Amino acid sequence: MYTTSDLRKGLKIQLDGEPYIITDFEFSKPGKGQALYRCRLRNMITGNAFDRTYRSNDKFEPAALEERTMQFLYAQGDEYNFMDNKTFEQIVITKDLLGDDINFLIDNMEVDILLFKERAIGVTLPNFVNLTVTKADPWVKGDTSGSDSKPVTVETGYVLQVPPFINEGEKIQIDTRTGQYVTRVKE
Amino acid sequence: MSDLWGRARVVRAVRRFFEQRDFLEVETPLMIPAPAPEPHLLPQPAGRWFLQTSPELCMKRLLARGHAKIFQICKCFRRQERGRRHVPEFTMLEWYRAGADYLALMDDCEQLLTAVAAELALPGENGHQVSLVLPWERLTVAEAFCRYAAMEVDEALRRDLFDQLLVEKIEPHLGVGRPTFLYDYPLELAALARPKPGQPEVAERFELYLGGVELANGFSELIDPVEQRRRFEADRRLIRAAGRRPPPMPEPFLAELDAMPQAAGIALGLDRLVMIMLGKENIDQVLAFPPETL
Repeated sequence: MYTTSDLRKGLKIQLDGEPYIITDFEFSKPGKGQALYRCRLRNMITGNAFDRTYRSNDKFEPAALEERTMQFLYAQGDEYNFMDNKTFEQIVITKDLLGDDINFLIDNMEVDILLFKERAIGVTLPNFVNLTVTKADPWVKGDTSGSDSKPVTVETGYVLQVPPFINEGEKIQIDTRTGQYVTRVKE
Repeated sequence: MSDLWGRARVVRAVRRFFEQRDFLEVETPLMIPAPAPEPHLLPQPAGRWFLQTSPELCMKRLLARGHAKIFQICKCFRRQERGRRHVPEFTMLEWYRAGADYLALMDDCEQLLTAVAAELALPGENGHQVSLVLPWERLTVAEAFCRYAAMEVDEALRRDLFDQLLVEKIEPHLGVGRPTFLYDYPLELAALARPKPGQPEVAERFELYLGGVELANGFSELIDPVEQRRRFEADRRLIRAAGRRPPPMPEPFLAELDAMPQAAGIALGLDRLVMIMLGKENIDQVLAFPPETL
């Protein structure tokens, strides 16, 4: 159990059977009065947020969260299949939960999956992934259009802006947090 | 980076203010065997004694010994208080006037802050955009609950919602544009304040707010040792009920209370005054070393 002295930004607690993260926290205490711990809580499944005030004697259940490294196997429609390399247990994550992450998922990639009661509620990709360019207009030497970038498509179907010298078949590194080009990868 | 020059200038201006008005600057012990039993303050043990939560009891004993106007700038310690406006070790400015009541202290506050602001004359900085031009707002606790919390004080007390409504609904409106004195607290929250003559359900206690920040807590002192002992005993019961061991009864203070003249006293958070005067949002910005950096 947590007590109010454990409360801080980023702490994950369980309320009414659901996991919440404290996104904002303020201690206040009116003169001679009770200590009040004002928290902004965000439901880690639904994303809904609300404010709640706690007092000194309140206690909190830690959210029953588990993080596991799993390997991406394949996608089938909106369902993405992952496997735990140690237990060989497989789970399915829907496209909704993955959001933009589907742009950077390739077969056999290892990701960290956050589970709440055996159910996936979040996925953390590696910060950088290397993907092959599958479609790019050729770079014409002496191009005078003045543009310093061009769009390319990578193996996942994701389209992004890269420097003009990147060619089809090359590998590039992408920052999964911003979705932006980082560098060319020499193999 | 904390503004230590700004802090020093505020402290110097405060000291000058009291010296010009013939207040005696005193120093009382930081380590004491028996702090006032306060249900919501956790004193920091120091060996078998405690670090003071406030210099209140010792300063009143000086009043009882004939010192009529005294002030002190000292450290106070309260465990488990940490936030944007709280540190477990902070600096208190406390002053007392014999023969005066809480209204005189409100006047002191007006003059003190005006004097400090004038002496600082910080170009381009006027703290929390609060004008110190008189008159300041004076609002009773009952009025404040009706106006901002939409609940009567009595009901808030009965449902144990007083502090929460005060912090969430009322405080954000206090001291906006100009400072606010919130005054006449319910007798249940009187601490060491005397009941108001002719209105015994409230105590002559006030708090000063600037920009939603609680800055000072003052009152007309209770000088009745019997009533004071009764309140201390009630508070010690509350501490026990909360599962803590109350500090010993401050017997030497109670013994000298008989000799104490009618007086008024006030505690002002000096770190917060510096914050306000320098326009800072976080108490860490006016400390040389926030505790986490030690």
